[in-house]
Amino acid sequence: MKHRLSLQIGPVSFRIGSAWAEPLDALARLYAGYSEPEDGIADFTVRLEPEQIWRRWIRPSVAIRGDYILPDALPLALAHGLLAAEMGMNLQMALGQKRFLLLHAASAEKDGRALIMTGESGAGKSTLAALLGERGWRLMGDEFALLDLDEGRLHPFPRAVSLKNKAIAVMEQEVPGDRFGPRLEDTPKGTIRHLRPNQEALGRMGESARPALILFPRFGAAEAIRGVGQAEIFMRLTQASTNYVTLGAAGFDALAKLVGACPAAAIDYPDTGTAIGLVEELWREAA
Amino acid sequence: MRDARLLVRALRDPDGLGLLSAGDWSALVAAARAEQLIGSLAFRLEGRPLPGRVEAILAGARHDAAQARTQALWEAEMARRALAPLDLPVILLKGTAFHAADLQASEGRSVGDLDILLPRERLEAAEEGLVAAGWERLKPADGYDDLYYRRWMHELPPLIHRTRDRMIDVHHTILPPTARPTPDAAALIEASVALPNGLRMLSPADMIVHAAAHLFADGDLAGGLRNLWDIDRLLREFAAGSADFWPMLAQRAERHQLGKAVALALRLARRLYATPVDAGLAGRDRPTDRLFEARLLARNGWGQEKSKLLRFAFYVRGHWLRMPPLMLARHLWVKARG
Repeated sequence: MKHRLSLQIGPVSFRIGSAWAEPLDALARLYAGYSEPEDGIADFTVRLEPEQIWRRWIRPSVAIRGDYILPDALPLALAHGLLAAEMGMNLQMALGQKRFLLLHAASAEKDGRALIMTGESGAGKSTLAALLGERGWRLMGDEFALLDLDEGRLHPFPRAVSLKNKAIAVMEQEVPGDRFGPRLEDTPKGTIRHLRPNQEALGRMGESARPALILFPRFGAAEAIRGVGQAEIFMRLTQASTNYVTLGAAGFDALAKLVGACPAAAIDYPDTGTAIGLVEELWREAA
Repeated sequence: MRDARLLVRALRDPDGLGLLSAGDWSALVAAARAEQLIGSLAFRLEGRPLPGRVEAILAGARHDAAQARTQALWEAEMARRALAPLDLPVILLKGTAFHAADLQASEGRSVGDLDILLPRERLEAAEEGLVAAGWERLKPADGYDDLYYRRWMHELPPLIHRTRDRMIDVHHTILPPTARPTPDAAALIEASVALPNGLRMLSPADMIVHAAAHLFADGDLAGGLRNLWDIDRLLREFAAGSADFWPMLAQRAERHQLGKAVALALRLARRLYATPVDAGLAGRDRPTDRLFEARLLARNGWGQEKSKLLRFAFYVRGHWLRMPPLMLARHLWVKARG
C-alpha cells in the first residue's frame, strides 16, 4: 500500500497500510516512542482504503479492512482516519487473536501483580486505568488484557488510551498536552481523544504480570463495594472475552484458573477520586 | 513475489520455500488469511523451522482448524438428527464431507456453511424437518430472492439455525438448472458412499466433478485458490487410492456434462499446485488458461484484491454461465432496482 506503518504493542505486531497519508501521520505522532516489531513480521495487517475507488478523492471515506473484517462496518470520514486505524487494530485483536485469552478489560500493574478491571462501555475502566497509570501504577492497557493460555500471566497491550467525552477533561488536567492526539469531534462514539501512555508503560510493554485482583467498576452510583461469587465472575469474564468460545477448552481452563486464583469485587463510584480510593483499599486487602 | 503466487508456492513446495524476508512472511500470512488458506498453510509448514511469530500465528490457525472441524461435524450431526425420521439419503458436500471422511483435503480446511444434497422430490419435507428442528429462513418468504432460489437454483434458500447461528444449504443438484450443463443428480445420489456417521458423501469421481463445477461452471471464482487446493488434495489422494480413478473420473465428467470444467480444473491444478493429473483428461493447454490463472492469483501481499477489471470480467462470466441472457437481464434489473 502507498503509506505504511509498523507498530509493536505489547506482544502483538501490526502492519498498517493506508491509501492516504493523513491517518498514518496522525498515528505516527500519537505512537511516537513505540518501536517497530523487532522481527519485522506482522501478526496482523490493517488496511485503510477507499470503499470505492473514487472515494479516495471525492468525499473520501475510510473503510476499515485487514486480515479480519466486519462486513457491515461503516466507513469513517477521512478526518477520523486516526480512529479508523485504532478501530482496525482492535478489530484484528477481537477477531483474530488466538495466542491469548482476550479480555475486554483495562489493566494496571504494581509490584509485579496485575489489576484487571472490566465492565460495560461507560463503566469508566479506561479513565480509571489511565489515572492509575499516572499515580504510581504501570498502565498495562485500557482496552484489551491478554491472558496467557499456559501460565496464566497477564500481558500488557498498552495502545493509546481512548478517552471519550467527559473523560477527556479529567485526563487533560492530569497529563501534559504533548501526549494527546487530536480531538476528534462527532465520531460514532461522540468526542474522542487518544492519550499516549507514559514512558513507564511503553518501556515495560514486554513485561507480563501475575493477575491479583479483578474489579467490576460502575460509574454513576453511590460508593459501594459488593462481593461477587465465582460463578458470576466467570460468566462476566466470558462475556467480556471476544475469543473465549473460539479458544475452546484452552480458554475455559485459562479462565477457570484466573477466577480460582484472584479475589474480585464490584465497585460503584460517583466520581473518579472515590474510585481510586476504593481500588487502593481493595488492592491492600488483596495483597 | 509478495502476492498470492508466494502462497501458492508455499503450499505446493514447503521445502523449497527458501529464506523469506520479514516482509515476505507478513505478505504470505495476509494473503493466506484473505484466501481462507491459512489453516492449510499451517499444516503444510508444520514442523519446519519458522520465525517464532510465524510459528505462533500458524499454531493459532491449526487450533482454529480443529475447532472448525468439530463445529462442522456437529452441524452435520444436528442435520442428521433432524432429517433421520424422513429416511432419506443425506449427502454431505464440500468441506464437511472432507472432514467427515477424514480426507487429506480436510487438513486445516475451514468450513463455512453446511452443504448437503438430497433427492429433489424430498426437498420440501426436508425443509419442514429442518425448520421444525430450529432452522429459520433467512430470506423473506415469497420475496424475489426466495422465489428465485426455489424456481431457478440448485438449492433451497439458505436456512440459518436459530441458536447456533450456522447456515445450511440444501442442494438437489450441483449446478443451477438454468446453467447449460445438466448434471445427473440421480446418479450422484446413486453412486454416493456411506460414511461412518450415518451420512453419505459423493463418490470420489463425483466429488471432483462437483468441485470443478463449483469452481469453473458457476460463480466468479471467488475463493478459487482454496477450491483449487481442495481439488489438488483430492486428486492426489484418490489417484493414489485406486488404479481406475482416472477412467472413472472421465466417465463421470462425461455423464454430468462437465468434461470441460473437469479438464480445466485438472490443467489449473497442475499449473498452480503441480498436481499429477491424467494428461489425456486434462487436454491441451488453452490460451484462456492464463486468464483463469491470473484471476485465481488476483490478490496482493496486503490481502487486497487486485486486477479489478479481470475480476469484473469473471463476475460477468459467472452470471452468464448461470443463466440465459434474457433471464440475466431481468435478474440484474431487479437487483439494480432493489
